[in-house]
Amino acid sequence: MPSIKVLAEREEKEVRFTAGHTLCAGCAEPMVVRTVLNAIEDPVVVASPTGCLEVATSRFPGTAWNVPWIHVAFENAAAVISGVEAAYKALRKKGLITRRTRFVVFAGDGGTYDIGLQALSGALERGHDFLYVCLNNEAYMNTGVQRSSATPQCAATTTAPVGEAIPGKPQERKDLTEIVVAHGVPYVAQAAVSRLIDLANKVERAMKYEGPKFLNVLTTCPLGWRTPRDSAIPQAKLAVETRYWPIYEVMEGRYKINYKPKERVPIEEWLKTQGRFRHLFRDPRGKELIAQIQAEVDRRWELLLQKERCFGPSA
Amino acid sequence: MRKAITGHKAVAEAMRQIEPDVFAVYPITPQSEIAEYYAEYVHEGLVRTELIPAESEHSALSACVGAAAAGARVMTATASQGLALLVEVLYIAAGMRLPIVMALANRALSAPINIHCDHSDAYLARDSGAVQVFCESAQEAYDYTIMAQKLAEHEKVRLPVLVNLDGFTLTHTVQPVDLLEDEVVRRFVGEHNPVFPLLDVDRPVTWGAFAMHDYYFELKRAQESGMEAVPQVFLAVQREFSRVSGRRYAGFFEGYHLEDAEYVMIVLGSTAGTAKAAVDELRKRGLKAGLLKPWLWRPFPANELAEALRAAKAVAVLDRAFSFGTMGALYEDVAAALYAAEHRPTLANYVYGLGGRDTSVPDLIKVFEELRRIPRTEWTLRYIGLRE
Repeated sequence: MPSIKVLAEREEKEVRFTAGHTLCAGCAEPMVVRTVLNAIEDPVVVASPTGCLEVATSRFPGTAWNVPWIHVAFENAAAVISGVEAAYKALRKKGLITRRTRFVVFAGDGGTYDIGLQALSGALERGHDFLYVCLNNEAYMNTGVQRSSATPQCAATTTAPVGEAIPGKPQERKDLTEIVVAHGVPYVAQAAVSRLIDLANKVERAMKYEGPKFLNVLTTCPLGWRTPRDSAIPQAKLAVETRYWPIYEVMEGRYKINYKPKERVPIEEWLKTQGRFRHLFRDPRGKELIAQIQAEVDRRWELLLQKERCFGPSA
Repeated sequence: MRKAITGHKAVAEAMRQIEPDVFAVYPITPQSEIAEYYAEYVHEGLVRTELIPAESEHSALSACVGAAAAGARVMTATASQGLALLVEVLYIAAGMRLPIVMALANRALSAPINIHCDHSDAYLARDSGAVQVFCESAQEAYDYTIMAQKLAEHEKVRLPVLVNLDGFTLTHTVQPVDLLEDEVVRRFVGEHNPVFPLLDVDRPVTWGAFAMHDYYFELKRAQESGMEAVPQVFLAVQREFSRVSGRRYAGFFEGYHLEDAEYVMIVLGSTAGTAKAAVDELRKRGLKAGLLKPWLWRPFPANELAEALRAAKAVAVLDRAFSFGTMGALYEDVAAALYAAEHRPTLANYVYGLGGRDTSVPDLIKVFEELRRIPRTEWTLRYIGLRE
């Protein structure tokens, strides 16, 4: 399993994602991208859909990518990587390519949960050999913090604002990780930017499998979450401690929760640190809404525990 | 080798002989048989192509873009709503200068939903930056599929090429088609030499960068230079193909009794066959009728077309689609081409054949007869075979 030292050494040898991009100060995305790329030893080709990462790293005539990288559109990164991987297979059959190459998608939650879901599902079903990493920051941050289906209930976004009638986003977030699990692909996991070694280990385990691999990484956005610039890591950490964002993996259908918080930290502790939930602590309806959010977090955590019991490594 | 086959089979055979590295496709009437034939070739082990049975046309073309950027030779096929769904990616394929050959089995766009032929799908892709070729017969569909591959991949062009063949009229009817030997086709298309392939991991490149007002304009101008290179390359590809096939292709359009024609019809695709019969009949009656059938629609061969119409008194331009709120797209091309010409014949615009409405020889004879009586060019849409 790659240690910090190994990851650092690899990056020293070959900088795959360079400085000079224009992602916001305090953005968690570069940490996830670098960790994933450093955790893979083979040459890598990357595809990204439209989004924060894409616009901030590929402004012509510059680029932050020191690996082959392609962007085509917003909804089709999984289809694009399907084509790249099929080309690789075809050219390998012809003997035109001999080096083993790996294929990675870095996509936001908008390009994954919403507009890119069909392309993702198609690529998963067809069984292309690639790793799909969802940099989940829980809204369309690139275009000004509009809600996505990854946005948590009650969060204030520009398209689900806090109003007299409706306080933030009315709906619960989609459980995309479980949707991917339902495709029966060999490796699916959740990770968070606060646990980079766990992330690197997951990438390494994932890449041992042929076929589609999926990582849903909670990738904090201080801008959209309305938290201080230096809060990306503690915010993600608290999301894990409150069980809002379970750290788990599903290998060949076997569930394993990688980290179980010893104490039950109330969701309120996480919510109260973020501007997007501020209204919950000012509005008279807030208490009830927080209770609803807590109930949903508890329900999902219990369900996950049950899945681990029923479909765990030893079950 | 002459065979009696459908237009679908002719296109699929051309594709099998070209044997692309990647074939990504989603089925839609009336294109499905191309996807089916190709899947059969792959499953029977007749080709080494990687088949991507995509979950939509949008993903099929997206996969083609990924594969082409990766350095593979790629092909696809679609029709109608499928074209409408993927048109976003077609613009991108052209902007990224990717040589992707696509058979387009022309079918009407919804609504109302319809499965039969018109050219509204091709017209939707008019400004996409893709080269567009139209075919009159299954033979032409076969030949131009092969020529398109060479045209698309030419170093000065590097653009997607749409090979249009009329849905059902060409795709589903059995016609005699002369097929070339596999080896002849393989030698003709030659090796594929990709530019900056994504899979060259030692020389990493960024594909699909973000360009703002400081560069976007220059990059789009550079894209137009690909289009500007098409005519010369198109003629060279035709010359070489004529040599290896023994069939004569020379020029951006086919003229039929065009040299001395006073009354000319301009029409795309299979209706040109009907128009030839109408011209024959009118010539028998002593009318100097002629036909101009464009093979190449984008880029539009304006100067050559204007030159070819120098003897014409009046020209009927037939559009198999509305461009709602204005005149037909082909008509506007012809009118613009003639505006700069010294000799400007009278022009008339006819919309015909929508949603598979049949257009007969008598229908087209009537058009020629009407053309003789039209005193001057007017901003008026006329219709063939419409109940009013």
